[in-house]
This record gives sequence, C-alpha cells and structure tokens, in this order.
Amino acid sequence: MEKIDVVIVGAGLSGLACAYKLAEKDMQVIVVERGDFPGSKNVTGGRLYIMPIEKMAGDMLEGAPFERKIVRERWSLLGDENSLGIDLTSEKFRKENHSFSILRATFDRWLADKLMEKGVFVIPKYRVDDLRWENGMVVGVKAGEEEIYAHVVVAADGVLSFMGEKAGLRPKMSPQNYAIGIKEIIELPEQKINDRFNVETGEGVAHLFLGDVTKGLFGGGFLYTNKESVSLGVVVGIKALMESKQNIEAHTLMDMFKNRYELRTLIQDGSVSEYSAHVIPEGGFNGISKLYGNGILLTGDAAGFALNMGVTVRGMEFAMASGIVAAETIIQAKEANDFSEKSLACYETKLKETFVLKDLETCKAMPAFLDNESFFTFYPKCFSDLVEKIMWFDEGPKAGIGKTAWNHMRSSGMIGWKRLMELYRIKNL
Amino acid sequence: MKVEEKLAINAFKTDNESHITINQKICRTKCTVRYCIAVCPGHLYSYNEENNEMVVEFAGCLECGTCKIACLDGAITWVYPKGDFGVQYRYG
Repeated sequence: MEKIDVVIVGAGLSGLACAYKLAEKDMQVIVVERGDFPGSKNVTGGRLYIMPIEKMAGDMLEGAPFERKIVRERWSLLGDENSLGIDLTSEKFRKENHSFSILRATFDRWLADKLMEKGVFVIPKYRVDDLRWENGMVVGVKAGEEEIYAHVVVAADGVLSFMGEKAGLRPKMSPQNYAIGIKEIIELPEQKINDRFNVETGEGVAHLFLGDVTKGLFGGGFLYTNKESVSLGVVVGIKALMESKQNIEAHTLMDMFKNRYELRTLIQDGSVSEYSAHVIPEGGFNGISKLYGNGILLTGDAAGFALNMGVTVRGMEFAMASGIVAAETIIQAKEANDFSEKSLACYETKLKETFVLKDLETCKAMPAFLDNESFFTFYPKCFSDLVEKIMWFDEGPKAGIGKTAWNHMRSSGMIGWKRLMELYRIKNL
Repeated sequence: MKVEEKLAINAFKTDNESHITINQKICRTKCTVRYCIAVCPGHLYSYNEENNEMVVEFAGCLECGTCKIACLDGAITWVYPKGDFGVQYRYG
C-alpha cells in the first residue's frame, strides 16, 4: 500500500494549521472534513486571541477574515432582576491587534482555501469511520469503502474525537468535564452595532454574563459583536444541568437570557439567522487526553485543549498552536523515519514549552475552583443587590452608605468564613 | 421564539437513516432520569408514553453530542451523520 505523509481528520483550526505548516515543508498531506465545507460543522463563541500564536503562525493569518477587533471587555453579574457590570475600555486594546471575533464558517473556509492554493487536498463531505492499524501502529483511516494510508494520522476531529477514542487515547467522556454551548446569530446593521455597543467601525465588544443566565448552574452567557451580527449564547455544565433540581431544559435558558432587560435593548429588531450548539471541554489541564500514540497525534479540542479562565474562555488559539506543534513533531519524525509513539512523544515536550500546556497547567486548579455554586448564584445577586440598595432613594431618610453596605454584606453572608476561604483560594489560581 | 422555529432557520441535509440509535430496552427498564430530554439544545428527545419509547427527531440534530455524554446508561449510540448530511452551519 502506498502511504502519504499525513492524513488529518477534521478541517477545523487545529487540522488546518497543522496542514499549513506541513505544506510549507512540502509534506504530502490530505485533510478530510465531514462537513460540506471546512467550518460548516464548527461553532465558536467566539473570539481568537492572536498574540499567543502570531509568531508561530508566520504568514498563516495574513488576510484573515476577522469580524471585529475586540476593544471593550464587559462583564455583567446578573441578579434575578438587576445586574451589575464592568466595562473596560483601553487604548492599548484599540492600538494593538489583541483579539478578534470570528465566525467559523467564514474563517475555516478561508484558511482551507488558502491551503488549497498551496496544493493541499482538503476533501469535504468525508466522514472517517475508523482507523487502520498495522502491527500496533495507526497507518491510516477508513471512510466507507475507501482507505487512506499515511505515516501519521492527526486526530483533529474535535471535542467528541471518535478517532482519539478508537486509538484508545481518550477515556469515556464524563459529564463533569464538558459544558454545552448554545448560540444564536442575531443579525443587525453594522452602524447599529457600532452605536449600541459604543464602538467605532471595525471595533467590537466581548461581554460575559454570570449568574441568573444559567439559573445558578455552572456556566454563563456570552455576547461577541461580529461585523453585521452578534453571537449571543449560553454555556452550561452538562453535569450541572443533569443534577439540576429545577428540571431546567437547556434550550429554555437561551430565551430567558434574551428576554432580560440587559439583552433586549441590545438585540432589539435583530433577526435570528442561525441556532447552533457545541460541546466545550471544561476539564482544563486534568481533562487533557493522552496526546500521542503509535502513528497518531491529537490536536485542539480532540486533545482537550480549552481553557476556562473564569474571566474569559480560550480554545481556538490553543487549537492552532497545537496543530502547528504537531506539524513540527511530524516533520522531525519523518527526518528520523520513525513514527512510533516514542518518536512522537516530543509533541508533548514541545507543547510544554509553549503557552498551550503552560497556561493550562497554570490554571489547573480553575475547574475545581469554579465548580462552586456561589459564583453562579450568591456573588452575582449579592453585588447587584448591594449597589441597588446604595443607589435607591425614596421618601424615607436615607441610611448611611457605609452602614447600608455593612448591613447588606452581613445579612447576605458576604462576611464569613466561606467567603474568606474562597478569597484565600484565589492564590492557587 | 420556539426552539422548533429556530431550528427551521438552520440549513439541514437530512439522511433517511438516523445517526442516533436508541436502545429502547434500556430506556424502559434501566433509565429513570431521562437526561437526554433536558440536555438536548434542540429539544429533540421526547418520551412517547403510549408506545413506551424514547423518540428523537434526528433531522434537527445540531451535532453537539451532549446527549451521548449525558446518557450514563448507554442507551444512546451516537455517530456523526454520514458525509454530505446533517446540519450545515453558515455562520458558526
């Protein structure tokens, strides 16, 4: 059987980035993608932080179809009927190319087209069913009656990674390690977005919501402005949803969120043009799968490279970086003509030298820290109520502001051991 | 806006054959929680009491895989739709 160098399963960001770097070294690569075109099965929140990958990407991102440059960072704590927000504006964010909102159907397709110009085959509508093995080595993939043989298979097949599972590199998926993201694309004219979100043309907002959006369950809401639409969504932990005593159905969270005053005014007159959902890895460092085997590497979501840092969530730059590092690993393996597990082990070593495993390791205590209902009920409500009380003036004499604050903090439970312990634990994050 | 209306906006290419298979015996005898109904963002699962079976409207599947993760009893066998089928996101 004739072998090419590499077959990549999945034309998402990690697979495409990997192929791009392999093509630069004239390796024979085929990327197979189950969707009608690259990006057609992908969903992001979302934004891409480009600084971490700018250097390693080289010219890969030149001419990329970004939606808007994110220049405002907003967070809202949602109480039942009030909310409290923070709004960061920064000339630094405006001047530098820091992060951009993107849409995957546009972005991935663009990157795949760029690859094809380099002579790489990206085959759409191609669902891989199984791996091909020979003497304990993965040597290719099988799709229906067709087979493609290669020295290395890159499983860039996303969070559900059937290939990683078949290779025995991933344990059974546990509800605790995953969340479900549900998103709507709401179209609005460009100028209206500029006006409503208080940004200039080409600039945009990232807005995260915590609290009532998930009815107290692990998760939150998000809003990213695109050029002529907003990406609005809810993320909720699968385990939290399963164990919820309120019998919440996931799809209802979205409408409750949209009906809130804070959102209504932002999306008014917008038209929904897509409804999507995707699973998100939430296990952090401890949720990462085994990264390599004989003749196979796992990249991006398939490997579990996603990071919920509480204040933001990251995944796409991890995917691209891991794809690039996978390519470097394969290029070395080819030079040594050794595609065994032992030879491919340097993939992990290399990743440890990049932000991918460094940042994941730094934040390894985060999933356990965030698995605390206080963040999804108590704090959002408590802070919003506090400011509401301070700012309320009626016919009666106004109690002193300090006293109001103190009494609220005491009666709500803001002052106590539990809070102190939560504060103390942030030193581990 | 109802979830059915939202799904109607999406582009789907529907296969004759479902990519989701349900082991009804497990649903009837072992499962007491029916997490699939609550977790599915497309609200595609429902229990038909008359026929005593779990029903899934696979044509509206958003291909997230949440049901596969949440079905702890292993009643759901879930694979990706064949190439050329399923949801086709135009924004993503």
